[in-house]
Amino acid sequence: MPRYIATRLLSAIAMALLASLVVFLISALVPGDPVLAQMGDIAASNPATVLEWRAKWGLDLPLWERYGIFLRGLVHGDLGISIATRRPVLDDIVQYAPATVELATIAFLMAIGIGIPLGIAAAVWRDSWVDSAARAISLLGVSAPTFWLAFIMLAIFYGWLGWAPGPGRIDPIAFPPDGATGLFLLDTAMAGDWEAWWDAAAHLVLPATVLAAATIGLITRTTRAAMLDSLGQDYVRVARAKGLRARVVVLRHALPNALVPVVTLGGLAYANLLAGAVMTETVFSWPGLGRYTFRSAAALDFPAIMGITLVVSATYLMVNLLVDLSYAALDPRVRR
Amino acid sequence: MPVLEVEDLRTVFLTDAGAVRAVDGVSFTVGAGETLGIVGESGSGKSVTALSLMRLLEEPARIIGGTVRFQGRDVLAMSGEELRNWRGDRAAMVFQDPMTGLNPVIRILRQVTEHMVSHGRQTPASAKLRAVDLLRRMGVAAPERAAASFPHQFSGGMRQRVMLAIGVANDPVLLIADEPTTALDVTIQAQILDLMRGLNREFGTAIVLISHDLGVIGTVCRRVAVMYAGEIVEEAETAAVLTDPRHPYAWALVNAVPRLDSPAGARLVSIEGGPPNALDPPPGCRFAARCPFKIARCETDHPPLIEVAPGRRARCWVTQDGRPLPPPPIAAQAALREPAPEERPLLEAENLVKHFPLGRLGFFGPVPVVHAVNGVDLRLRRGEALGIVGESGCGKSTLARLVTRLHAPTSGTLRFDGQNITNFSAAEMRPLRPRMGMVFQDPYASLNPRMTVGEALAEPLLAHGRVATKAEARGRVLDLMATVGLKPEWAERFPHEFSGGQRQRVSIARSLALEPDLLVADEPVSALDVNVQAQVLNLMLDLRARLGLSYLFIAHDLAVVRAFCDRVAVMYLGRIVEEGPALELFAEPLHPYTVALTSAVPEPGRERVVLRGEPPSTLSLPNGCAFRARCPVARPVCAEARPPLAEVAPGRRVACHFPGSFQA
Repeated sequence: MPRYIATRLLSAIAMALLASLVVFLISALVPGDPVLAQMGDIAASNPATVLEWRAKWGLDLPLWERYGIFLRGLVHGDLGISIATRRPVLDDIVQYAPATVELATIAFLMAIGIGIPLGIAAAVWRDSWVDSAARAISLLGVSAPTFWLAFIMLAIFYGWLGWAPGPGRIDPIAFPPDGATGLFLLDTAMAGDWEAWWDAAAHLVLPATVLAAATIGLITRTTRAAMLDSLGQDYVRVARAKGLRARVVVLRHALPNALVPVVTLGGLAYANLLAGAVMTETVFSWPGLGRYTFRSAAALDFPAIMGITLVVSATYLMVNLLVDLSYAALDPRVRR
Repeated sequence: MPVLEVEDLRTVFLTDAGAVRAVDGVSFTVGAGETLGIVGESGSGKSVTALSLMRLLEEPARIIGGTVRFQGRDVLAMSGEELRNWRGDRAAMVFQDPMTGLNPVIRILRQVTEHMVSHGRQTPASAKLRAVDLLRRMGVAAPERAAASFPHQFSGGMRQRVMLAIGVANDPVLLIADEPTTALDVTIQAQILDLMRGLNREFGTAIVLISHDLGVIGTVCRRVAVMYAGEIVEEAETAAVLTDPRHPYAWALVNAVPRLDSPAGARLVSIEGGPPNALDPPPGCRFAARCPFKIARCETDHPPLIEVAPGRRARCWVTQDGRPLPPPPIAAQAALREPAPEERPLLEAENLVKHFPLGRLGFFGPVPVVHAVNGVDLRLRRGEALGIVGESGCGKSTLARLVTRLHAPTSGTLRFDGQNITNFSAAEMRPLRPRMGMVFQDPYASLNPRMTVGEALAEPLLAHGRVATKAEARGRVLDLMATVGLKPEWAERFPHEFSGGQRQRVSIARSLALEPDLLVADEPVSALDVNVQAQVLNLMLDLRARLGLSYLFIAHDLAVVRAFCDRVAVMYLGRIVEEGPALELFAEPLHPYTVALTSAVPEPGRERVVLRGEPPSTLSLPNGCAFRARCPVARPVCAEARPPLAEVAPGRRVACHFPGSFQA
């Protein structure tokens, strides 16, 4: 097993580099010029200024040399300087990532915490009102446009009912909590500041729900299908013939066999939640990676885009590795 | 008080078209320590009966009438809680397929112990000891280690032992076994059946054994109930039904099965048609449409199950006055088959070997190799039928794929009609393909579900340019369908619209389309009900006489091979261990493995040698004789030298150092 993990880690690094190369080539080849995007119209009309800018950011070098510079920096833990913010990309990512990680993790926990039990219930009480309700919730979650859902939720729960706080990670007049992780829930809990913890938690509820909506639907449907398959297997009938309680038959015999596809989907979904929070973060003024990505892409900010690509693909690969390892934990037939 | 009293049990499947009567008024009684067999074809309602008894039915099945009493308690009236407490404790069930009946992600130990603990029979600690003890009693090798393992680490036979251990864990009063040995090889089947007899003898467990095989039931059960179209049509001592069946359907079942001692070359009794529509059964006897003995009354009045002789009941107007049914007509012996002694055999294999390398173990690990076929010599003359028998994993199916060059041999030589085709490319094989037909075990899996039968039969004709136009192909297709006994109007139907036997006829018709010289049939009848099996075997016998085909016939059922083949080769671990004329070989087997194999065939009155253990792994070949670990007469020399396949009597070759030294 350790050798397997080592092999997988090595290939994950190679894959991440490959992904960065692909993104590098695509963003270098598409029309559009970061320099023009950065400069005012007057400056952009002066060819000399433009050339000077290009030279400053190394954009006049051949492609392979630019990629070489990127790689050399990478070895030293340097992702370059963002053209838009003029700060090291790594610093930017470290600043924005915790907000997104916190949001995506809470959304992910909501998705599996709601989706899996709902899927199990829908399969066990197939064709009952539970099943219909689960189907309706999934359909709504998957098909409701994120920005629409976000506005509606804000309008109802913040604007109208006043149950939830408004946009942002914390109360606008409060100071952000100090802490090592940048994950507010963790930082405030470690500091023992429960008032701030509640504030951060309350601010998370709406955006996490919006972000999780589609994933809840997918996980519910996948769990239901996998459970129906598993409940129809002979070993479930054997378990019933043993006179075991229904709860034991479902949770101990059927569920573990149904989890493999759910874990596969869960892994992909978590990575997607991390990378795909743009819309939610925008509506909820969430200072996360999603918004940073959006701004960098709009500004054609090469170093930032490359850095984000690397971080996101590394996350994807790590999550996939965890998913593969969990197969072995779930299914003894996968172990060797 | 009897253990189980079933009265007028009725179970239906609720479908859009109406209620399908799966079990329609079944009554029987099983006393303490008694054994009852239930026999019938697929769809006769026997499995639904078993599930109804345990109340394990799932939607859309529903019990709509009758009573089931267990030691006087009304099972159908039990609450969910009572039912749970009863199931798996006082009454247990063992299912057909041990490969899917064990939960793949739970260790064996927990699967054997969980219901001992949940029913309060054992503490977790004592349950563990008992589980290991049960596994040992069921013949599981190294039971402690087995208990800590997961199901996929075991063979089918071992898993069925685990299933039995699960079944008897709480010392049930009643054990219901639904086709418990159908998925197993004969030697393993014999071991499992012995276990079941032991349970009944030692613990007095009442057993209801459900099977399609009267032979299996005969080895375990004293009484048998024969089911047809949801009803019991005959109930009597098993021995009596086997020798003197009083219901025409039981008569057909008994006589459809070839036996190891039936006369050579006899046609099997087969009855045409299928069971009646269970949505709307006919008013008279449900078997009337297929019955060779029917009288006028059978079409109009439904016969009751009445006593026709002391201790036996039958549902038949013909035998109600106590008359026996006539013995089956001794079919005209299929003309004695004398394959012309020919200088050049149609198919000849010399030292044929096939090894399959598996995926590497780890990055620098070794590559494990499956030794499927390890040096097979065989000759098949024109017009001859050669049977290959052996247990699963002995390499018989790989051999079938080798001789038709679906696989490339690892080494050895293969000649077809004098041509060395060992290393022929796919393109070189193409002109020879029409001369080799293949029939597979599962006719449904080998027919494209989206092609009509007519299209499926026309395809090879068009592909090999045997016919120029679709119209011409259609004419040939209709001829082919007539040859195998299918109605021409069925050409427009899709495979799912046919029964299993009809589909196998379609497969045979397809393999005959190009007028082959050689037909390789891999377990062509093992997925079929006995009556359908008889139909297909009769058809294949006729075709052989009519078309002069040569057959390579692969099967695990010895009696079927004996009925069909001139010569038989017995395979063990990728090698032929004995070969000879079919009748002589089965009358007087010389290799200890053949002796054990023939004695394991479940036929009543047969003296049985129960072979211990299972075939060794094909991943590494043992030194010396591959059979020695299970051989009752092995001596030191068997571990040192592999016995060659040597001629010990005219036409009889045996690979054993001591041929004939072991007799059942």
